[in-house]
Amino acid sequence: MTSALTLAAARGPHIDWAGLSPFVSLAAGGVLVLLIGIFLGKSARNGTAILSLVSLAAFIGLSVWQFGENKSIVSDALAIDDLTLTLAFVLGATGIAAVLLSWRSKAAEVAGHPEYYALLLLSILGMLVLIATQNLVTLFVGFELLSIPLYVLCAAEFRREGSLESGLKYLIVGSVGSATLLYGLSLLYGATGSTDFSGIARAIADDGIRTDVLLLSGVGLTLVGLAFKASVAPFHQWTPDVYQGAPTPITAFMAVATKVAAFGVLLRLFDVALPGISNEWGPAVAALAAITIIVGNVGALAQTSLKRILAYSGVAQAGYLLAGVVVGTQLGAKATVFYLVIYAAMNIAAFSVVIARERASVHGDEISSFAGLGKSQPLLAWPLTVAFLGLAGIPATAGFIGKFYLIDALVSGGYAWLAIVLVVGSMISLGYYLKVIAAMWMGDPEPAAAAAAPVAAPGAPPIMAGGSQEADELVEEPQLELFAVAWLATAVIVVFGIVPQPLFELAGKAGESLVGIF
Amino acid sequence: MTLSILIWLPLVVAVLGAILGAKVAPKLSLVGSLVTLGIAISFVVRFKSGEDGLQFVTDTSWISTLGISYKLGVDGLNVLLLLLAAFLFALVFVYANLREWERPGLFYFWLGVAQTAVLGAFVAQDLILFVAFFDLMLIPFYFLTGIWGNGTREERVRGTQKLVIYTLVGSLLMLVAAIATGVLTAEQHDTRLNFAISALQELPLSKGSQEWIFLCFAAAFLVKMPAFPLHGWLPDGYKAMPLPALGVFSGVLSKVAAYGFLRIVLPVFPDASVHFQELLLLIALGSILYGSVMAFSAQNVRLVVAFSSVAQMGFITLGIFALNEDGAQGALLQMVNHGLVTVPLFFIVGLLAARAGGSEEIKDLGGIAFRAPVLATLFLIVSLATLAMPGSANFAGEFLILLGVFNAKAAFAFFASIGVALAAVYMLRAFIKSMHNRVNPSVDSREISFSDLGVLLPSVVVILALALYPQFGLKKSEQTTKQTVAQVQAKTGQLTADKTSEEQR
Repeated sequence: MTSALTLAAARGPHIDWAGLSPFVSLAAGGVLVLLIGIFLGKSARNGTAILSLVSLAAFIGLSVWQFGENKSIVSDALAIDDLTLTLAFVLGATGIAAVLLSWRSKAAEVAGHPEYYALLLLSILGMLVLIATQNLVTLFVGFELLSIPLYVLCAAEFRREGSLESGLKYLIVGSVGSATLLYGLSLLYGATGSTDFSGIARAIADDGIRTDVLLLSGVGLTLVGLAFKASVAPFHQWTPDVYQGAPTPITAFMAVATKVAAFGVLLRLFDVALPGISNEWGPAVAALAAITIIVGNVGALAQTSLKRILAYSGVAQAGYLLAGVVVGTQLGAKATVFYLVIYAAMNIAAFSVVIARERASVHGDEISSFAGLGKSQPLLAWPLTVAFLGLAGIPATAGFIGKFYLIDALVSGGYAWLAIVLVVGSMISLGYYLKVIAAMWMGDPEPAAAAAAPVAAPGAPPIMAGGSQEADELVEEPQLELFAVAWLATAVIVVFGIVPQPLFELAGKAGESLVGIF
Repeated sequence: MTLSILIWLPLVVAVLGAILGAKVAPKLSLVGSLVTLGIAISFVVRFKSGEDGLQFVTDTSWISTLGISYKLGVDGLNVLLLLLAAFLFALVFVYANLREWERPGLFYFWLGVAQTAVLGAFVAQDLILFVAFFDLMLIPFYFLTGIWGNGTREERVRGTQKLVIYTLVGSLLMLVAAIATGVLTAEQHDTRLNFAISALQELPLSKGSQEWIFLCFAAAFLVKMPAFPLHGWLPDGYKAMPLPALGVFSGVLSKVAAYGFLRIVLPVFPDASVHFQELLLLIALGSILYGSVMAFSAQNVRLVVAFSSVAQMGFITLGIFALNEDGAQGALLQMVNHGLVTVPLFFIVGLLAARAGGSEEIKDLGGIAFRAPVLATLFLIVSLATLAMPGSANFAGEFLILLGVFNAKAAFAFFASIGVALAAVYMLRAFIKSMHNRVNPSVDSREISFSDLGVLLPSVVVILALALYPQFGLKKSEQTTKQTVAQVQAKTGQLTADKTSEEQR
């Protein structure tokens, strides 16, 4: 006994540093940003942002390096396979976009740059844990690590009531979701006697407990917990309010990255741990997907704020993504991964335009702020147009191919009716996407007097920086990083809409790493 | 010289025009459309009629994972439609060049995108590629109507929203149906996923799957045409569209829908086509009668032409669903004819409005022929062609269609022939009320200008040429049409054989 212990101590557990390296890059990045930021003082704005970008770039680079290794690390708690790494790449890209969008934002200024960026990086770390997890305990750890920084970030502009409200609302609803999830996970453990995904799958296969009440309620509660995070209806009610109140760069980050993480873990949980009872959860998830598609699209019709429109459209898109989970096949997983990638691009493009307008117009993110944009600023109008056409699934954008792939998976998996719901949802969605596009191209630009910032009377002292945290100072200077992000994302949408084969291969590899299903 | 150059050239020109700016864009687009027309003519000249199968084939893999290929090809069905599309687009570009447009770079960009999408839909030989082009066609018209359309901003936006949502409802159902076709074919025949139309043709689906898929495709095509009772978007949409867009929309886009029936529906879903033959014939008949009656009572010249298109498209559908060679040949000929008359008709509507203080209402017109004999003559020629005067190519087309339907379902042919008579009524009414009668006080009768003549004359010359020699088109399409209807005819033959054997028992 003692000899065994000394032996273990002497040899130490084997640590796969290479596999852990993407995690390390994010964790170290977060800590460094926080520590170094303190000493940077006034130059923190640039310094911390650059440091975050470096950390995210390292994260992406290390993920690419590990691609194709397909191994489990930390005693099988985390899977470093192609699914994890593909989604990690999306997370990294989203993170970079979020940092660039935050660079000149008021939120980072108010909250303090080091804290802001550190929280952002740690939240991405939580997402990474979540998509890599194959153990119920790490699943919950990742879930909380994702959520807690986001609660804070939503309230980052803590002098603005809307932001505070958003953070508080997210905290309360998110805690309910966490509690439900935890309860579900414990029931799963109780029913199968294992916290390991493969152990759960084995227990389901061996013991013949397919219709066990404990197991099914565990699955149900877990699904509900994750549905809160992925804003799947009817657990989506927090989404529009939180999205509207949160600082817009954070909204963009939440809309994209949280969804990537939530669907990553849904895919792994249902397709690795629970494929044995797919006949039990399949119809329930399909019903959720159908409800989500309809609720999201109909809800968006009445909105006039772009952030709320994007929130509801995000709900609808969650329904489309869930459709790929429903079928429980590799094809479904591939389609979901494919759609996640382009979903990220479309939302990043849309949100960067919203941010640019928000900073330049007194109308904020209301549709009126976009009126006549096609005439006055075509360079901003085009990305939003392409993104919305993509979200609606028009050909020549990647959105078309993504919907195509999902419908293909649904029809092959015997859920043709859900495919019909999906296209009915797309039709409804045109109602609000076209409303915005019509405002941009067919409306008249707002009169110059209204567009200009409230001008200080001549001779009055210039408004001091930081003098008033409340007043949104409108900026006139061109914000190159916003244009760059918007156009890069637009290029992704169009290029993958015309040459989708590389993305198909990537999604194919990711789907094939779920070896338990076909 | 491959088909790819033909279909992508307009897009390349459009993008160049948009980049180079307002001064260059109009002229550049005009040159581009003329070059496109030249290429299209070269394809028609090199086309060998009477040969089986596709010619000038381009076939490379597009999305290999899903069995989607980038396959283009020309055969008897689309060779003339290709020429028609290139010709009408060239006319429209000429017409557009004579007018001033706000933000011209963007205007010509969208027109170019529209041309690429339409040409692509005509030559696509892969189901998904076709669907993609078909759906893409719509987007340019959304912008063209919304930005440069007629009426107040609200009217424009309402018209264009209606147009897009109506047509996309059909298109998206068609997308599901197209995917289902490929997936179910692969399942039922245990083959790899393949969306090439020629491959799907050889592996028919089970009857049950064919039927719902057929309905989705039919919905998409009938909305686009539009056919009664799926024409709800037509009055608002047509009123709001600017004339160049309206010309190609009515002249070419509606033909893509009719062409879709011949290219995809009849060969790939033969059982369902036979099963739903009478339903489609009823819809066609409804369109003919409803369109004629509406055209007769419409108070706006533009709507007279619009509803006459509904009636004409009804004739074309009727010919297609006669499900025999005569009907299909007649439908093809009539597609070309209708495209050729509808674009000049809409231009003439524009000229009339210009002489009546911008109004297109019939009550504001009258006596325009007084000082404009050339305009009146051209209008009369086009009108007579539209009402299928014996001697015109339209007469040959309608005759073939009625012949085909008479052989298939005689009762339908009887009622459809009423439509021929009604066409004379509404076209002559529009002509007389606008050109003759007393000169309306609001009308300023003046002769057609030389530049406008440059737009109208080519189309009238082509109408006359085709009237003299309709065989030009019919010969080219004969062989392919035979093959297209062969499969359905086998089914109808089979059906009658079954019935007789049942009766014998």
